[in-house]
Amino acid sequence: MTLATHWHYWMIIALMMAGLHIVIARPNYVKKLMGLAIFQVSVIMLYVSMGKVTGGTAPVYEMSGEGHDAVPNLDIAYSNPVPHVLMLTAIVVGIATMALGLALVVRIKESYGTVEDDVVIEKNRAEEESLSP
Amino acid sequence: MSEVPLEAVLFVFLLIVGIVVGRLRNLFSAAMLTGIFSFLSAGLFTLMTAVDVAFTEAAVGAGISTVLFLATLALTDDTERESDRSWLAIGVVSLTGLALFFGTFDMPAYGSPDAPIHEGVGRHYLMHSWDEIGLPNVVTSVLASYRGFDTFGELAVVFTAGIGVTLLLRSKKAVMGPGAKPIPQRSRAPYVREMPVVRAVGKVMLPFILLFALYVQAHGDFGPGGGFQAGVVFAAGFVLYGLIWGPRAVQQIAPERLLEAGMSIGLLLYGCVGVAALFAGGTYLDYSAFTPEHPTHGQHWGIFLVELGVGITVSAVMLVIYFVFTARPRPRLPKKTPEQSVAPAPRLTAIPELPTEGAEERP
Repeated sequence: MTLATHWHYWMIIALMMAGLHIVIARPNYVKKLMGLAIFQVSVIMLYVSMGKVTGGTAPVYEMSGEGHDAVPNLDIAYSNPVPHVLMLTAIVVGIATMALGLALVVRIKESYGTVEDDVVIEKNRAEEESLSP
Repeated sequence: MSEVPLEAVLFVFLLIVGIVVGRLRNLFSAAMLTGIFSFLSAGLFTLMTAVDVAFTEAAVGAGISTVLFLATLALTDDTERESDRSWLAIGVVSLTGLALFFGTFDMPAYGSPDAPIHEGVGRHYLMHSWDEIGLPNVVTSVLASYRGFDTFGELAVVFTAGIGVTLLLRSKKAVMGPGAKPIPQRSRAPYVREMPVVRAVGKVMLPFILLFALYVQAHGDFGPGGGFQAGVVFAAGFVLYGLIWGPRAVQQIAPERLLEAGMSIGLLLYGCVGVAALFAGGTYLDYSAFTPEHPTHGQHWGIFLVELGVGITVSAVMLVIYFVFTARPRPRLPKKTPEQSVAPAPRLTAIPELPTEGAEERP
């Protein structure tokens, strides 16, 4: 465990924390989702970084030969394809769920007239007090 | 270390962008910066030799998500309120970061070929996928065949999210309510005519973008690409057209009804290929059963069909989400003084009075 071997992971954790801080500290819902997007990319990066092999190439076979006689070169190093597959689908699912989150933000804006979480909480509390006798 | 690795430079850029996104009050600038963040991370993924991931991230992050953020900002506010610095949040984040930092001590070195992750299925896929599937791109083999059931689930999530966004934002009557009015749809042609660069990008580039999407779709077996990337690039081409000429212009070439059908047709196609494999005598999504005398041929057919299903559903969902966001009428809420904004909203406590209030507000 040294700086030379692990700094990638540490940079990714720093990025992750930058995203997490936005999610926790910022009251604006749109900003929170932006933080969540940053956090998500960092998590994806952590997974992908584990699949990396030094000196290895992308997991697409280097072919030798032509046409039907072509065979892959299995002697060179390839990166691990499993994290790539899992993260590739995670990105597309991530944007779909992000759209769902943004749709909820739009609905909150229409109901409360704001997208700041403290104002929304305040309004909810005031409404509860006015309903309770 | 005599020279600074390119990855370090990209990481520093990413960190700067990430922190600036947090500090900016102007959400429009922050949205643009998230696009830059995605683009930089796509570069980093390429350096990590994850070309398929980089491709997807570039298309999704820089293409679709920025547009969605901007569409949301158009319906909400584009500036963030001032807020106090919370030391509690900084403390929580520091502690979490520290815990994760200590967690990395047990991780194998970055890029180590002896890491435990490379044992097991990862090695099997790399060593045997040529004999079992017969495709040069191992990522596509794993995505569509070895882990085809997993991908089917992911596609169902994308489909469900598309349905969810439609249900949340489609019903115009419920939210039009008092005071709101739909966005007037005017033709943008007169404005666009004045801008030759925008016009050239919108009209001349569009066919090439769509052709590229088809290439990515069909060539995913041999190089980076596949249904997810092609679907997003295809949708991004139409979104670009919509940004320039207005959403209504896109609806003329891609009617919403067709897209809504496409959302489910792609998923159905995927599921049906699995069922067809059952009827051919194999297990669910075991494409080798199609051609028992030559299993890899069946795999090629199965992968082609499920990738097509993925491409159709992903592009349709992305476009439907885009249309639903842009067609949403902008709410025109009554202006409030700061004291009133804290008071309970009258429409929430006294629902029966709502129609009369609305009537009074109208001029």
